[in-house]
Parts: sequence; structure tokens; C-alpha cells
Amino acid sequence: MNVFLETLQWLGDPAHWSGPDGIPMRTAQHIGLTLLVTVIACIIALPLGAWMGHTRRGQATIALAVNGSRALPTLGLVTLFALWLGIGLQAPLLSLVILALPSVLAATYSGISSVPQPTVDAARALGNTSMQTLTRVELPLALPVIGGGIQSALVQVVATATIAAYVSDVGLGRYIFTGLKSRDYPQMLAGSLLVIILALLVTAVAAAIGRLHRHRSHLERNPS
Amino acid sequence: MTWFFANLDQIGTLLVAHLATTLPAIVLSILIAVPIGRLALAAKPARGAILTTTGLLYAIPSLPLLIAIPLLTGLPLRSTATMIVALTVYGVALLARTATDAFGSVPPDVTDAAVASGLSASRRLFGVELPLALPVLIAGTRVVAMSTIGLATIGALIGIPSLGSLLTDGFQRGIAAEVATGIILTLVLAAVIDGVLWGIGRMAQPWTRATAVGRTA
Repeated sequence: MNVFLETLQWLGDPAHWSGPDGIPMRTAQHIGLTLLVTVIACIIALPLGAWMGHTRRGQATIALAVNGSRALPTLGLVTLFALWLGIGLQAPLLSLVILALPSVLAATYSGISSVPQPTVDAARALGNTSMQTLTRVELPLALPVIGGGIQSALVQVVATATIAAYVSDVGLGRYIFTGLKSRDYPQMLAGSLLVIILALLVTAVAAAIGRLHRHRSHLERNPS
Repeated sequence: MTWFFANLDQIGTLLVAHLATTLPAIVLSILIAVPIGRLALAAKPARGAILTTTGLLYAIPSLPLLIAIPLLTGLPLRSTATMIVALTVYGVALLARTATDAFGSVPPDVTDAAVASGLSASRRLFGVELPLALPVLIAGTRVVAMSTIGLATIGALIGIPSLGSLLTDGFQRGIAAEVATGIILTLVLAAVIDGVLWGIGRMAQPWTRATAVGRTA
């Protein structure tokens, strides 16, 4: 109970709410890193997944990437890249992008490749080129599945971005590692609570956006 | 490679430590999640609550969870037990959903037939439902095993020994080969455990092999 009060005290201390090491700044870094990683992962995985799904190529590669990435220790990537690239943002950025890729890639592939063949044939018969079929028919139909993939990537990245602080001065994970080094349990716990709250919020917001989108596309399809 | 062969003793110890945290966590996850999955199917109103809770549990970041567990359970921070609890939480979160689907995949006419044949509730569960749910349960367990083996490396950050210790130790001493060894061994261990689970699945369902042979003949 004592530790809990000390943690609340730490969280309530105005000194921890301002400056470059303050909670607002750390939260902004954490969210910024998460969004940056997710955007980079989408820039790589969306076209690649769309091409693979459109041509039905590379299903085995994707399955292997998805399975392998479950056991792949992100901490290992972060530390290995940090040894190669030095302390800074590059190592966690690269590791987190690698972590986020399989979700988006697999969702894009499965979304596009599960568009019914008659639908694709009909689009081609109406005179659409292969590219037009992809962008006008397959992608819109695959959107809910792709959205789900981006959502799970986002949730994974916001959670794992905590580890970025092990090799660089970024994000809410800093409090945990500073606390670990100085055996300051209240600080560790305060950092942990902040990350947990942020992760749950991101999960809830991502789920709400997904629901909103599904709701709207449902209305468009069935105008009352 | 030189580093690998010069440090086989340390690697062996860490490999054993890794197994000593992950295997109990995987077994506990199965023992907890399978009954939850069966209950979720039986009690429709509870289903949404169970699935939402497990979804939220899975969204909790691992390092913060590890640090919060001593506060909730009274376990010491740097203990294997803390790691087992954390891994079990994620394992249950992942597997409860799959277990619900697994029991849901049992055809209702088969369970009806079992009732009509006068089988007791426990014989229906262990003799009919569980064997039919097994393929999906095994597939789910393989996913859990993969993520458990990968996640256990995080423990090294707070001083719980595992293959993850190679990652933090290698980073602090600047030995890339040590970090690479940690990553590769974690992946190899995951692949081996995955293979073992696949084998158990095959042995536990001799009828799937019989059908395959029957089809080719």
C-alpha cells in the first residue's frame, strides 16, 4: 500500500509534469514514435501486400513472417541494431517497423486475395485494367481487413515502444529504465502505469475508429 | 561462432532457465484458458465480457506488466515466478478466444447424438467435445508457445535469467555475436517447441492420419 501511495505521489509531483523529461513530453514522444513506425510500416507493407494479394504470390513467405515474428525477440533487434547503428532513434525505429510489418502485410494480402474471383472477373470484363481493378474494386473491398491489420500493428507498437527507451532517450519507457537503474520502484511503477493507460487508450481508440468506419460503410451500402 | 563455442556453458544454463519459465507458463495457459473457452461457449452472456477482458489483457505492455505484478501478487520483482505469471496472463489472453472457437467448431448434431446416446456430461466433454476441439486447440497452443518463448526474453531487462540475458549482456558489453546468438537461439527454440506441439497434435488425433491414408488409397 505504501508503494502505491509513493507511486501516486510521484505521479502527482508537478516537477514530473514539465520539461524535456516531463510526462507530457514523454507521452508525446511515445505517441509520435508509434505513429511514425506505423506510417512507415504501412508505406512498405500496403503496396507490397496489395501486389502479393493481387497476384496471389508469396503466401508461404507471409505465413513464415507472421509465425516467425511471434517468437522474434524485439529486445534482440533493438539491442543488435543499437550496437550497429549507435544509440539513438534509428535502432528502435527499425526494430519496431520490422515488428509492425507482418500484421499489415498479412492483413493486406488476405483482404485482397479474399475478394471473390467473380467480382474481380466482372471488373475486368467491364474494361478495367489490372491496376484499376486493384485500386477501384479489390482495395475498397479489402479495406476492413486491412484496417484490422493496421489496428493490431498500432497496438503492438505502442506497447513495444516502451523497450525503445532501453537504447535511446525516448518515450515513457524512460521512467521504467531510470527507476530500474536507481532501484526506485515508485518511479518504475509510475512509468508502467502510464504506458499501460496509454496502450489501453490506443487500443480503445483504434477499435472505435474501426467500428465507426464499418458502421459508415454499412450505411453507404444500405441507404435507408 | 567463436563466441558461441567459447560460451556453451553459459548458453546451456540460460537455455534451461528459458525453458523453466516458458514451459510452466504454456501449460498453465492451457489449463486456465481451455475451461474459460468452454464456459464462454456455454454461457452466452459471459462470452462478450470474457473476450473483451482477454483482448484488453493482451494489449497491456509486457515490461510494465512485469513491474506491476509484484505489487498485485507480493512476489519478488526479480523472480522466475513473476515472469511465469506475466507469460501466463498473455497465454490465457491469446488462448481463451481460440478455445471458445475450438469448442464452437464442434458440430451440434454430434453433441446432440452424444446426449441421445446417454453419455454423461463428463464423458461428453472428454470423449466427444475435447477430441473434436483438439485441432483448433493445438493450433492455438502453437501460437501461444511462439509468443511465450519470444516474450520471455523481456525478463532480462529486470534481471530474470533467460535467453534474453544474452541480449542485454551482449548489448552492455558490446558483443554483437552474443546478441545474435540470443535472437537465433530464441527462434530455434520456438521452432523446436512448435515442431513438438505439431507432433503431439498428430499423435493425439490418429483418426486424421487414417482419413488421409484412406483418401490416397
